[in-house]
Amino acid sequence: MSRHIISILLENEAGALSRVSGLFSARAYNIESLTVAPTEDPSMSRMTIVTTGSEDVVEQITKQLNKLVEVVKVVDLSEAEHIEREMMLIKVRAGAKEREDMKRMADIFRARVIDVSDNTYTIELTGDGRKLDAFIQALDQSAILETVRTGASGIGRGNRILRV
Amino acid sequence: MDRVKGVELTGAEIVVRCLQEEGVEYVFGYPGGAVLFIYDELFKQDKVKHVLVRHEQGAAHAADDYSRSSNKVGVCLVTSGPGVTNAVTGIATAYMDSIPMVILTGQVPTAAIGLDAFQEVDAVGITRPCVKHNFLVKNVKDLAGTIKKAFYLAQTGRPGPVLVDIPKDVTMQSCEFAYPETVAMRSYNPVRKGHPGQVRKAAQLLLGAQRPMIYTGGGVILSDAAKPLGEIVRLLGFPCTSTLMGLGGYPASDPQFLGMLGMHGTYEANMAMQNCDVLLAIGARFDDRVIGNPAHFAQNPRKIIHIDIDPSSISKRVRVDVPIVGHVPDVLQDLIKLLSAEGGKPDIAPWWKQIGEWRARDCLKYDRNSKIIKPQFVIEKLYEVTRGDAFVTSDVGQHQMWAAQFYKFEKPRRWINSGGLGTMGFGLPAAMGVQLVNPGATVACVTGESSIQMCLQELSTCKQYRLPIKIVNLNNKYMGMVRQWQQFFHGNRYSESYMDALPDFVKLAEGYGHRGVLIDKPADVEPALRDAFKRKDELVFMDFLTDQTENVYPMVPGGKGISEMILAEDL
Ligand SMILES: Cc1ncc(C[n+]2csc(CCOP(=O)(O)OP(=O)(O)O)c2C)c(N)n1
Repeated sequence: MSRHIISILLENEAGALSRVSGLFSARAYNIESLTVAPTEDPSMSRMTIVTTGSEDVVEQITKQLNKLVEVVKVVDLSEAEHIEREMMLIKVRAGAKEREDMKRMADIFRARVIDVSDNTYTIELTGDGRKLDAFIQALDQSAILETVRTGASGIGRGNRILRV
Repeated sequence: MDRVKGVELTGAEIVVRCLQEEGVEYVFGYPGGAVLFIYDELFKQDKVKHVLVRHEQGAAHAADDYSRSSNKVGVCLVTSGPGVTNAVTGIATAYMDSIPMVILTGQVPTAAIGLDAFQEVDAVGITRPCVKHNFLVKNVKDLAGTIKKAFYLAQTGRPGPVLVDIPKDVTMQSCEFAYPETVAMRSYNPVRKGHPGQVRKAAQLLLGAQRPMIYTGGGVILSDAAKPLGEIVRLLGFPCTSTLMGLGGYPASDPQFLGMLGMHGTYEANMAMQNCDVLLAIGARFDDRVIGNPAHFAQNPRKIIHIDIDPSSISKRVRVDVPIVGHVPDVLQDLIKLLSAEGGKPDIAPWWKQIGEWRARDCLKYDRNSKIIKPQFVIEKLYEVTRGDAFVTSDVGQHQMWAAQFYKFEKPRRWINSGGLGTMGFGLPAAMGVQLVNPGATVACVTGESSIQMCLQELSTCKQYRLPIKIVNLNNKYMGMVRQWQQFFHGNRYSESYMDALPDFVKLAEGYGHRGVLIDKPADVEPALRDAFKRKDELVFMDFLTDQTENVYPMVPGGKGISEMILAEDL
């Protein structure tokens, strides 16, 4: 079992997302995260799926994805050098007592405070999943009010390009 | 196309025009609110004929089998809500066996979608896992293009059912009609030609084989590859077996054919499959009913070449050494060219000797002197009486396996059964589709008293359209296959597998306006069949009272390896 990050180019059509997610549930494949948004060509979406499975299962996953009529291209990014990023918004308690500490912690992780109220901060942090986990760990757990993570997006390094 | 500038057609007219453009002869369907405009247009023309079934499951099966026996795309038309849900079993059946078919479904008006309208179901959602693709058409301007795509997708690549969901208001709106001549989709480009390097590797492996085996499946039938298959088998002189779905792809009476393999395959086919050193798999998918336990199968080392149109069928359950993705007939032609150039068959005499010994076990023997009708005997007689030239449809159960084992199919598209989904109720509507596409042909439906009751209402359709199907009911008063499993694996506890309160099938057939006959003695089997098949214009329902305790042998118990068979003589 290993972790794979799979990139998919697919037609930006109603129902395409449910075909992909339906495939994963129907065939009992794992999904750790799934992100999707249109590309620079609005008729096409780019999806990133993080999954775990044996080599055989991941081979089946890519083949089954390719079989979907709306899927244009599939690449297992983890087969070669690639970059992964995830974004997190985290709202923490930040009253007069905690403010300074929170700000310092955010700086250490190169996170940004993007919203402030009397007693809260909303912090934005981008990085790979482990970095986001580490930030959460580093905080006083009782100070965390809300977290929202996008799931990973990935791209190949250098000349490794996924397009039609 | 004959685009008429300025003239607009309604969505309903467009649907019918598209069917005409596709050369569709028959539509199998059932009307209802959401498709009334389409039915109105069907009424106004006579190029596309409509066959009114008695239940939408029947429409889907009949369209499916129209396709199976002809390789034309079967079409079925049903209304929204219950029309769709009733058809789902038939759609899933076609999907599991990769049958090209187009299903048109009515939908509530676009403005009502999502509001729990009367007879609303999410047809696209419900059928998503059991179609090759599906569409919801929200704008009449997209209708013709979508139907064109549906027909294209259904029959190219690995075939399959494609559903087009059409809201009622779309059938009422109008636009100019132009039926596209071609389809181009950047996301869908099935490969046809096999990779030459892989084909070369395959040829080398085959020529070096000592214990080769050719294993063929439904893909051979679907891609019309029987001819090149025959050539390659004879060219190499290798033994050949077939899955349930591939029967007829290679002539069953040929000595190189070892019979069907798998859970109820012959001893020789299963032993050769397990013990071969080079396996050529063609349009087959190593499923659980064929190779049993994959770990057991993998115990014997062998090199596997696998030709299939669908990459996801390759190395799914069994690791393959030489994958070749492509259209089976094209790949076989390339392979034949290479093999003929090399010349010379490998000498595999010792392997044939071994196979001969396995054959000598005579694994399909049964008691021919029985005083009770043996089901196998009925199928053997059916084969004789129809001179092996009938279209045989079947339901699901023991009778299906006996038909597969004892009717020697010589030609493709003659054996029509639900192998993937195993749908009881399939046989009779299947026979309707087959008879309609092959008028005048001999069509037999081999069934059991339990299966036939699942789509029995179609006897009425058969009457309406004068379909002279011959129903061979192997009546053992049990869900025989269930009873067999209960006997072997559940301590003879026949839980709910006895078919009590059976109807009088003779009267039942007569009630529908057909001919019914009861046969309860072995001596009457052949005369009854001869009489029935003489009646070219009548449906005859033959109710054969057969041995209630007969089992299908050989049998590979679930989870076991294919060479671990239970044989009749073991008990
Ligand atoms: C729709 C459906 N329900 C249940 C089953 C499970 N099943 C498989 S074979 C069988 C018994 C079939 O009995 P019958 O039609 O009498 O045939 P026989 O095995 O006796 O020849 C059953 C219930 C099935 N295949 N399909």
